[in-house]
Order: sequence, then structure tokens, then C-alpha cells
Amino acid sequence: MTPLLSVRDLRVGFGRDPQANEVVRGVSFDIADGETLAIVGESGSGKSVTALSINRLIDFGGGRITGGAMTLKRADGSLFDLTTAAEPQLRAIRGAEIGMIFQEPMTSLNPVLTIGTQIEESFRLHRGLTGRQATAAAKEALDRVRIPDAARRLKYTPNQLSGGMLQRVMIAIALACNPRLLIADEPTTALDVTVQAQIMALLAELKRETGMSVIFITHDIGLVAGIADKVMVMQNGQAAEQGELSQILDRPRHPYTQHLLHAVPHFANGSATRVDGQRDRGESTEPALKVDGLVVRFPLKSNFFSRATGAVHAVDGVDFDLMPGETLAIVGESGSGKSTTAKAVLGLVRSTRGSFSVGSRKASAERSAKPVQMVFQNPYASLNPRLAIESILAEPVIANGGRMDSETRAKMASLLERVGLPVNSLQRYPHEFSGGQRQRLCIARALMLNPSVVVLDEAVSALDVSVQAKVLELLVELQREFGLAYLFISHDMAVVERIAHRIAVIYAGQIVEIGDAASVLSKPQHSYTKKLIAAVPTIDRRREHFEIDTRQVPSLVRPQGFEPAPARWERFGPDHRARVEA
Amino acid sequence: MRILRAIFGHGSGRIGGVIVGVYLLIAILGLVGLTPHNPITQFRVDRLHAPNGAYWMGTDLFGRDVASRLMAGIGQSFTVAFFSVAFATLAGTVLGLAAAWLGRRWDGVVMRIMDVLLAFPAILLALLIVTVAGPGTWTSVVAIGIVYTPIFTRVVRGPALSLKAREFVDAARTFGSSSSYIVTRHLLLNLVAPLTVQVTLALAWALLTEAGLSFLGLGTQPPAASLGLMLSDSRNLMETAPWLMIFPGLTIMISILGFNLLGDALRDILDPRMRRVPA
Repeated sequence: MTPLLSVRDLRVGFGRDPQANEVVRGVSFDIADGETLAIVGESGSGKSVTALSINRLIDFGGGRITGGAMTLKRADGSLFDLTTAAEPQLRAIRGAEIGMIFQEPMTSLNPVLTIGTQIEESFRLHRGLTGRQATAAAKEALDRVRIPDAARRLKYTPNQLSGGMLQRVMIAIALACNPRLLIADEPTTALDVTVQAQIMALLAELKRETGMSVIFITHDIGLVAGIADKVMVMQNGQAAEQGELSQILDRPRHPYTQHLLHAVPHFANGSATRVDGQRDRGESTEPALKVDGLVVRFPLKSNFFSRATGAVHAVDGVDFDLMPGETLAIVGESGSGKSTTAKAVLGLVRSTRGSFSVGSRKASAERSAKPVQMVFQNPYASLNPRLAIESILAEPVIANGGRMDSETRAKMASLLERVGLPVNSLQRYPHEFSGGQRQRLCIARALMLNPSVVVLDEAVSALDVSVQAKVLELLVELQREFGLAYLFISHDMAVVERIAHRIAVIYAGQIVEIGDAASVLSKPQHSYTKKLIAAVPTIDRRREHFEIDTRQVPSLVRPQGFEPAPARWERFGPDHRARVEA
Repeated sequence: MRILRAIFGHGSGRIGGVIVGVYLLIAILGLVGLTPHNPITQFRVDRLHAPNGAYWMGTDLFGRDVASRLMAGIGQSFTVAFFSVAFATLAGTVLGLAAAWLGRRWDGVVMRIMDVLLAFPAILLALLIVTVAGPGTWTSVVAIGIVYTPIFTRVVRGPALSLKAREFVDAARTFGSSSSYIVTRHLLLNLVAPLTVQVTLALAWALLTEAGLSFLGLGTQPPAASLGLMLSDSRNLMETAPWLMIFPGLTIMISILGFNLLGDALRDILDPRMRRVPA
């Protein structure tokens, strides 16, 4: 039987001389009807370019197919050559036979048109529906992707919907004409983990309903486990290994696949948590950081002249303490207030109420002028591109009255070496370093002032998994060496499992569960924690089914003067408590 | 040095660079007095001579050498243009950074004043200032400087606002860096590229405005030479002595073309997206 899509020795190049700048170098695969192929690789591996070549969107990005063949079996059974087809023919194929969804749902939709208009467009173009027929078809499409209250949502513009909702709208548009092949390019990367689980479940269900084939592109080999039939691992524009799902995951042959599988965090409900530096209850050490009743509110004004009508309760009564040498992970989804908490601790955001106390360091270490330092999420935005590394590392010292003397230089050199960068980096500029190296630079910069607490705000989220693993290792080593306390802000449970001693789960601005990492992960008590943990995709739990849960995060906007009810806590262990749910 | 090489590697940059370079040379020669004749001396016997071997570009109504006057005029116009653009750059950068960094009320006040200034056509505003302060070289410098200040303020404020929200500025705050350090190292240093481009383009406009003011008799005062003044003098003799008009006119046109080409080239060269990553 001829496969739906057959790709043979595909080569794609960019620029004036595509032969010399090949990004995809000889990739071959087949997809049968109803089959799902996952293409896995790190950034720059050529996985997205491969996918974009299939519907020839690559032509618009300056790419050229330099060799190979791609044959699509059309609905009527005829074979269609995708490599040589002209643009008008391709337009008939795109959408109708090959649908596509992209990574960023927020930017894939036109912000000034209602989603109804945008879904109808697809029906108008490919099926010639107009007026009421098109509207009815659009409503049906929204129903299909399980958007509640579809008729009313058609009149919404994209800014009125959440990221997860928008991705469902994108799926609805892609599926409007019942394509037999759907290309999904990192469709859940920009989404929260619980929303990711919903989208994955939806894709799996739609695949069962329609019998379409799917090409699923991702950097997360853990995510592949639940959905794919076949896997292709890409590296440097070539297929490092391809085969059946179980074969790739259980018996990887290529060293790169083994490396990827090794680097992927094996989330295991707390069995992989750290055992070093557990809290010693007998000793009465002073906490490195104590936060008491932190509240951050942003007043809402309808216009310049009116008084505040309400407030966004970004953080609503958060307290925790952090011992020297300990990592407290603050886990939550976007909008939960975890980053605001971090910024308030550093004074980047003014807190409405609450107190912090930063404890003294051990007698042996010198006191630092700025005991709390931070490492930011985006390694590309947190270093000034116009300054040499030398000036970047010296800045904290100079800011605190130090000067560029031999002592400072010696410290810079030793820290650079400690974070694993060559000493000659000092004369270089940020753009000469990769993302992982830049994050190491940020860590070195944060350590220049001998802090006792380092706030890591999604510090490894922007990195590829193998780089992520190395940076995490480095962080653990540095913690032991300098007795640092980490406040580790993250949305990624699997990463948290490897670095945290304690975990605080934050939801809608409040801590709902806090305790030692092993207990929280293995015996979660609060319903939100349970949901969060269940949503983490892992290789170990690949046979479990995702369930669709369409609950939305509650609004954080409260009327003026609103005070939340005081929290009631229930204890589940020596160091594990959860908020009693209403 | 690297910038110079890049300019000469760029198509329009090469042409613009050569034009601007030659003009600079002429301007310096004109300013130090190395002209074929004295630009003010009146050779009464040789009035209204067409271009010839002794007077390359002819002589004017009073028998003064047009070529010499042109050189002195270029020197004069360039001086006014450079000082006025320097004034505008300095004032605009300071105001723009202040508006972006201090925000709120400061931002509102500074930008509204700039909006008012921008609402007037450039030449009209310059005329107004010169009329109030009295004509002269230095009043033109200040007038043209004030006219172009709002453009620099805007060019600085926009990018400065976006830089202010970048994480490296947040990071600097967590170390406790002072405002002046953040503004100079993190904001200003990243604004060098857009400012360079703007300076080149503003030089062309300033030249034109200076010529306009002199043409109207409000810039450089006779008998000193200036491009606008020479054009103005040539008006009544357009038919009998066309060279009086053609040479200053061409001079202005080519110099502005040169600055614009150079500005375009610099915009390309300093754009980080166009820059090739060094191996």
C-alpha cells in the first residue's frame, strides 16, 4: 500500500547558495494513513525546516529544496509531487490536504478579526461556504475542539481568549477541511503544563475520530511518548535514528538518542528528589530568607482621572522561609504570581504588605552588601549586548563601591572557571556565547557579590534539555560549595524534582501546598497539585491517558478593599501541609 | 577603522563617504583661507566674468571670485551645521533619556514640549527664533539646534523605553547599580547606532536650513560668504550670469545627497541584524 506521504532524501538549503548552506541533509520517512510521526530534536536540528518543507511554506522563509522527493497521496488516490509543484497547486493542497498548527497561538491569529471570521475564512476558501452556512460550520469546528459555548465565542477577538483556547482555535482552523495530514510544530511549547495536557489529549482524540495522520514536532522526547507511533530523532539536519516508538524509547541505538533520553528529566513522583542537605529540625539555624505575609497588588484604574476601582491580587499572603544550603522551588503556572513573588523579594516590584528578613551568613563568609541575587529566565535579554564580559561581571562590584582591581579580576577569573567557561571569555561579547553559556555567565555575575540567596526565575526554561541538565548540575555543585540558598521559580515539575529540597505550589497568588519535595510529589494533597503533577508528560507513564479538563484559572481581579479569607492548613507530615479547600 | 572599511564595502556608502570627505576637505581649506583668491576682495575690473582660467567659476556682481566664495561658504555652512547638530544631539539625547528614565510627569512634560516644537515647519521655527534673537552665525546655530532637538529626543526616547524594560536593566537594579550607571552603560551605549544614523541625516537637513536662513538674509551676514547668501544674490542675475546660481545650487544638492547616502549606509552597517557574526 502506498503511504500517505513519502519523503526521500530531502535536502533543504538557505540563502544565496542553498547547496552550501544546507540545514536538512538527506532525510527520509514514510507516513501511512492514520499514523503519527514525531520528529524530535534540539534547537537547530532542522526539525521545523523539515516540516515546513512538506507543505512548502519554506519557500516564504528563503529556503530552497535542493534535492530529494516528496510524494503525497491525494484523497482521490493520485500521487502528487510536492517538491516540484507550483505555488497555485500548493495553495489547493495547504489547508485542504495538509493542515498546520504553529507554536505561538497568540501570534498565529490576526488580533483585529474575530475568531469566527478567521475560522470561516478557511471554509470559504476551500469549501466555498458563505454567510450562514460558514458560520454554522465554524461553530461546529469550535464544538469539535471542545470549546464550551461555541456560538458566543465566535464573536470574540483573540485577546479575549487564553493561550490554550487560542491553540484550540488554531486546531479548529487547521482541521476545518478535514486534512488527512496535520503538521503540528511544537504546538504546546508556549503553553502551561496543564494546558499542554489538554491539547495533547484533544489531538489524540481528534486523531481517533478523524483517522488523520499527524507529524508532531517537539524538543521534548517525554511528550512524544503519549502520542506517537513512530519517532524520528534529528541532529544536525540528519535523522540520527528512526523507528517504532517502543524501539526508540526502550532500545535506543544511536548515542545521541541515548543522550537525549538520559537528559530528559525522568519525572517519577518524587522518587528522584535530592537527599542531601535535608532540613535538620534539631538545629536552630537562622533562615537565609524569611518571607512573611507577602502581598502584591496592582491597582486597576478605568481611566486617568478616576480612582482605583479594584486591584489585581498578584500575590496574596505568601509566607515561607529558606534555610542556607536549601532549595525551595516555587511551582505554578503562568499568572499564578510566582515571578511576582521573586521580583518582590528582590525589590523590583513594590510589595503592598509583608516583611522579609535576610539572615546573616555563616561567620566564616564575609558579609555581602546585596545578599539576594537573581538569575533571569532569558539568557539573551539579561546581558547587555554592547558590553564585554569583563564589564558585565564587574558591574555588581562597581555598583557596590568596589573597583576593578586585581582582587576583582581574580574573582572574575575564578568564577568563570568555576561555571565552566574559558578565562579568555572576559574580552568577548555576549553574542559570542550560546544560550547555556550565557546562563552560566549570569550565574557567575550573580555570585560576584557573595550572595546568600540566589533567586532563579525559570533559569533553565529557555535551554535545550541536555544543556538544562548540565546547568542544573552546576547549580547543585555551587550550592554545596558556597552554602547558597536557592529560590527556584519554575513551571516545570520534572526540573523541580531534580533540584528542590522543598516545594511550594502557588495558585492564583496563594501557596496551596508546601512541604519537602518527596512528599509533595509522591503524595500530593491539594487538588491543584494533583492536577499539575498528573499533567507532566513522561516516558514512564506513556500508556496513561490524558483527560480533558477545561477549567480556567480564576480571575485575580478583586474589587477595592477585598481581603481573602485567612488560610486554614492541614498537616500531612512533619514538613508537608496543604491549604484546606473550600 | 572597521566602520570606515564597512562604509567603503557598502555601495551607496562608498559614494556618500567620498562626497562627504571631499566636502570636509573643501570646508577646512575654506575656513583656513587656502582659497584661490580672497573671497571678500572685489576685483572691480573683472565683474561678472564667466568661468575661465583665472576664475574657475566666474566672478559675481562685485568682481569677487565665485570659487573662493564657494569654498568659504561651504566652510561657513558646515560650521553652522556641525555645531547646530551637536547642540541638537546633546540636548535631544539628554531630554530623551530623562523622559524615558524618569517617566510619568517628566515624560509627559518633555514630550509635549517636543510635540509643540515639531508642530512648526523647521524653517518657520528657525526664522522665528532668529527674528527674536537677531541674525548672526551663532544665533543660527542655536536656532537650527533647537529646531532639530525634538527629532533626537524622539529617536532616543523610544528605544530607551524598550531598553529600560529589558532584563539586563532589571539585573543591574538587583546589584544596586546607580541610575547614572544604568543610563550611561545600559541605555546610552545601546543607542549609539541609531544616534549615529540620525546625526548623519540631521547634518543634511541642517545644511539646508542654514542655506534657507542665509537666503532670507537671516543667517550669515555679508560680506562673509555662505551658500544661501550666494544663491540669494544670484536671483536678479539668473539670465546674464547663470554660473552664479548653478555652482552654489549644485554644491548644496550634492552635499545633501552625500550625507543621505552615508546615513543610509550607516543604518545598514550598524543594524545588528545585518551584521555577520564573527567566526
